[in-house]
Amino acid sequence: MRAVADYSIEPGGDGGATLSFRGPMVVWGIGAMDRRLRDLDEKVAKVDLSQVESLDTVGAWTAWRVARDNDAEIVGASDEATKLIEAVKASEGKGEIRPGRGNLAERVPEAVGEMVSGWGEGSKGVIGFLGAVVVATGSVIRHPRRFRMKSLIRQIELVGVSSLGIIGLMSFLIGIVVAQQGAVQLQQFGAEIYTINLTGRLCLRELGVLMTAIMVAGRSGSAFAAQIGTMKLTEEIDAMRTIGVSPMEALVLPRILAAVLMMPLLGFYSSVVAIIGGAFIANFALDIPFMTFLTRIQEVVPIHDLWVSLVKAPVFGLIVALAGCYNGMQVKANAEEVGLRTTAAVVMAIFMVIVLDAFFAIFFTEVGWA
Amino acid sequence: MNETAAPPVEALDLNLEEFTGKHPICVRGLKTSFGEQIVHEGLDLDVRKGEILGVVGGSGTGKSVLMRAIIGLQTPDEGEIEVLGRSITGAQDDDDIDIRSRWGVLFQGGALFSTLTVAENVEVPLKEFYPEISPALMDEIARYKVVLSGLPEETTSKYPAELSGGMKKRAGLARALALDPELLFLDEPTAGLDPIGAAAFDNLIVELKQALDLTVFLITHDLDTLYEICDRVAVIADQKVIAVGTISELLATDHEWIQEYFNGPRGRAAKTTKDRLDAKDRPGERQAKPVDTPAKAGA
Repeated sequence: MRAVADYSIEPGGDGGATLSFRGPMVVWGIGAMDRRLRDLDEKVAKVDLSQVESLDTVGAWTAWRVARDNDAEIVGASDEATKLIEAVKASEGKGEIRPGRGNLAERVPEAVGEMVSGWGEGSKGVIGFLGAVVVATGSVIRHPRRFRMKSLIRQIELVGVSSLGIIGLMSFLIGIVVAQQGAVQLQQFGAEIYTINLTGRLCLRELGVLMTAIMVAGRSGSAFAAQIGTMKLTEEIDAMRTIGVSPMEALVLPRILAAVLMMPLLGFYSSVVAIIGGAFIANFALDIPFMTFLTRIQEVVPIHDLWVSLVKAPVFGLIVALAGCYNGMQVKANAEEVGLRTTAAVVMAIFMVIVLDAFFAIFFTEVGWA
Repeated sequence: MNETAAPPVEALDLNLEEFTGKHPICVRGLKTSFGEQIVHEGLDLDVRKGEILGVVGGSGTGKSVLMRAIIGLQTPDEGEIEVLGRSITGAQDDDDIDIRSRWGVLFQGGALFSTLTVAENVEVPLKEFYPEISPALMDEIARYKVVLSGLPEETTSKYPAELSGGMKKRAGLARALALDPELLFLDEPTAGLDPIGAAAFDNLIVELKQALDLTVFLITHDLDTLYEICDRVAVIADQKVIAVGTISELLATDHEWIQEYFNGPRGRAAKTTKDRLDAKDRPGERQAKPVDTPAKAGA
């Protein structure tokens, strides 16, 4: 154990005691003594530094603080010590360490209020952002040269091509689960042949597009938010603006367009792979031959199921990309916000996709595409 | 009071053996590279105790890389680096942790933790190395370090995003000084500061060096800083330190780059200022009357 700073008190007559420090009055040796000093009740008239071995600013500060609080005089300080004490004395600050926090009774309603108004502001912001996207689209249509084809192709690759593997695997497994679990239930009525109807219609109409949208939100929506958010932090977006490049046209439009274009393809691909997964498990578990399964699909799945999914897919793509880009653009202060906004982008996207999916389900049934 | 509120935390068992040698930083035969690109090869450098060593070199000659190698952020391909008598190159992460409590580093952009206030930033190293210090003293230290670094006292509760570039540098300096280090590494501290601010920063470093007995490793392109505060200057070129010495010693060499560097228009202007100020023999002049420093204004 190393030597640490300490002090002793000699009672004095008239004004008060003399407090003598000894040992190394430096940052690594002062912690324990400082705690005891703060409990000191005695009145100190003199602070003696003559036995101090070494002194840094923390030691100088402690000595000066004791002297200040007791209105005491510092004696026995070397020239260097005096200089240090003068330096910290001149540097005394009264600022707050962190912005003040109100009490709980104020903070809770404040947080709730901020959340509610945040929803309001948020929805207004998203609608405003959608408007800005429409305006940007209009200006790109009027000036087609400004369209960033390279950027679009790159995003198509990122959103579409590179997600084929994971979406394929996911869909294949979902197809297996739907067919197998459906068959177990339908067997009770001796109707396992309807597994084909179940798998085909469910995957093509609902699951394919929905699961793809969720996957794209997790893969690409989050990437959009994090990427654009970081670019905002590093002032890249400001730099773009000053050069005359509109971030809406250069960053947001290609991403949104890529998601809108890729979602129908990915959704359809997902449905097809899910049906193959169903056929695969039916071949082994239900003794329905693979080809029979696929042929029956053509007979039992109405073509409007395909239209339903193809109508929904670009809308979902728009929502996912919009949520990602919007949240990325909202980043202002620090690295933590990038994380929060990325989370918000994914949550917002998945939530809105499911809400709209419910709406579409009822809508298409009502219009006769049951 | 604090003892009853929270039991005092045990002090970490740091090895704080006093460094008695002459050269707190010793670099021998350093080689660093990024893939094919060799940054340093056979680089030697000694930093003397208690000096301010300026490090200069053209852009891309690896000044910052050298600093990163010395503080252990960049693993060199070959060579030995000793800081305060202990090897950095041979050290495992946990072995050299005590050395880290004895240096302070100011990065180019300040590198403040963006989710913490300035004062909390200053408290981070204190909490890390000296958990036994009471929160009250911790806050007091943070406050005076912030003011000592030349920031207004109310800056303590601000977040880095609310600060200007110069203020971020000062806040970074406050954090670098948090532990009263023996060694201070500064990466272009005055770049991007206005002439008055830069001169004040120079003075601040000299004052701190004298008061705290610091050894300073200073990367800079600021000729005024070199003339005003550096005891010696090390020149990096051709992947090694080609010369170390006072500026007059460097001027006596006939290396083309050194001549161009110090005898270019900016170098001459900085020298003129320095000579004029020396003639007046009033070192505080630069800060008090920035109008008298055409070099700064013109630089």
